Amino acid sequence: MRIEDFLVPFALNLVPDFKARRYMQQVFKRPVSLKDVQTHFCPGCHHGTIHRLVAEAMDTLGVQRRTIGVASVGCSVFLYGYFDIDVVEAPHGRAAAVATGVKRAKPDSFVFTYQGDGDLAAIGTAEIIHAANRGEDITVVFVNNTTYGMTGGQMAPTTLVGQKTSTSPYGRNQSKDGAPIRMAELLAQLEGVAFSARVAVNSPKNLMDAKKQIRKAFQYQVEGKGFSFIEALSSCPTNWGLNPLKANARVGSEMCDYFKLGVIKNTENL
Amino acid sequence: MAKRLFVKGNEAVAMAALEAGCRYYFGYPITPQSDIPEYLSRELPKLGGEFIQAESEIASINMLLGASAAGVRAMTSSSSPGISLKQEGISYMAGSELPGVIVNISRSGPGLGGIDASQADYFQSVKGGGHGGYHIIVLAPASIQEMYDLTMLAFDLADIYRMPAMVLADSVVGQMKEALVANRRPEVDLPAKDWAVRGIGDCEQRVVKSLYLGDGELEAHNWRLHAKYQQLKQKETRWEGFETGDARLLVTAFGSTARIVKTAIMMAREAGLKVGLLRPITLFPFPEKALSDATRLCKKVLDIELNTGQMVEDVRLAVARDAEVYFYGRPPGAGSLPTPEELFEQIKKYY
Repeated sequence: MRIEDFLVPFALNLVPDFKARRYMQQVFKRPVSLKDVQTHFCPGCHHGTIHRLVAEAMDTLGVQRRTIGVASVGCSVFLYGYFDIDVVEAPHGRAAAVATGVKRAKPDSFVFTYQGDGDLAAIGTAEIIHAANRGEDITVVFVNNTTYGMTGGQMAPTTLVGQKTSTSPYGRNQSKDGAPIRMAELLAQLEGVAFSARVAVNSPKNLMDAKKQIRKAFQYQVEGKGFSFIEALSSCPTNWGLNPLKANARVGSEMCDYFKLGVIKNTENL
Repeated sequence: MAKRLFVKGNEAVAMAALEAGCRYYFGYPITPQSDIPEYLSRELPKLGGEFIQAESEIASINMLLGASAAGVRAMTSSSSPGISLKQEGISYMAGSELPGVIVNISRSGPGLGGIDASQADYFQSVKGGGHGGYHIIVLAPASIQEMYDLTMLAFDLADIYRMPAMVLADSVVGQMKEALVANRRPEVDLPAKDWAVRGIGDCEQRVVKSLYLGDGELEAHNWRLHAKYQQLKQKETRWEGFETGDARLLVTAFGSTARIVKTAIMMAREAGLKVGLLRPITLFPFPEKALSDATRLCKKVLDIELNTGQMVEDVRLAVARDAEVYFYGRPPGAGSLPTPEELFEQIKKYY
């Protein structure tokens, strides 16, 4: 039995005054769309928070029962273990193509992909650009932590210049490795993209804004208003070699300096 | 009398897909099969279906994966180099136990090769071209009628056994025109797709995946897939025997090569030689038993292929221990398609 299961009724029973009892209500609980399980994420990883915001959006818009998620390859591969929805597992990089097939076959379902920076911005660039360009009626959640997490911290297309990773031990070299790619801006240039925004969850203010934008991205699909894209900056304490607090700080400083937060495109002004 | 149409092989495949109830096609242009996406781009919208010319063969196999996971009949087509690109997606489909039809109108290789007919994709198709040790159903049409009927069969077998099915043709059968009777879709008992994703509604979650990390899980899964392939071997093997009854030399060949072989056999018969043809129609499952039975009496086999020797290995494995197997091959490329006279010479040589 969890503490919240007995705390509220217990508290209610302590209040002798009937009027006061009426004012007590539960204002915070696990989203219905999330399963009651422990996640595998590292301490300080932002996946857990982002998963939660996605689930809250699903709950608010009431789409859980008709949602089909497309899981990708990376730390988020176990999406099906955490969300109480139907899920299709896609090969590395191909989630946007798999989601296209799912949504075309089941246009009344709510379809989203959840991909990391290696999956979407390296091996999956063709698929994301073309799904976005075709304006597929799907929502893409892109979690950017400037590294390949699951495989042990290799350089990713979003790794910052000078950042040391297991395959850029001397630091990312712009002349040889190129500069990091800003996917939210890149995709916003395509006609088929209706909504593109970049968010972070490293502070309460950023988190509340992220919650709003993720819900907006989902709303685009619910209202049939086109392809929506959310880039969510995330920490990776394990592969950055930073403790959770310092990793969290890096998101707000270094990462936000290069990857600007905000709504880049919002064609329907939602 | 059923109406006879005069149809190009590639279009027969597309027509059959529509007759089989396929309303989703994802493909990419490549010679010699672009007629298939072109035909479907025209006809699918008329039926309320979905046609996507994807950004690559990789994208299209993954769209097929997604649509199939959602429970619909869907198809992709390509030619040899594009089929190479699809191998990872096919492996995922096999591991996730997803039906779906993949059409390979083979061309010459390796690499960019050429556009002439080839049978050098036999290994890739039959031995599991992608990673991980799986099989797909492989059907080899040798006529326009078979391009049509075997495509419909591919959809049914894929659904019954929950696995991908390939129609393995080549540019000869793909580009030629022949008489076709556009048969109606056969009445078949198909299992319900109670594994397909749909949105949980009021029911339990369904997951389509091929990842199995738990102790012992993946081994068990692989044995289950293996058992499925054994079932296929028991029940779904198909082949054609032509003039095999009293044959002293048996020729084995598939696809368009078999057509040329038939003419050569007719020439041989006229010259008094007792020669027959055993033509596998299912390359997987391979007609091992039919070959083993045929070589109990006939001890000489000549395998003829448009490659340097691929199906011949399976022929050697299947025949009776004391049978001799010879091989004649014309690896693909412009000018390499053999004439019946040329094959007749080979038949005489080994008779």
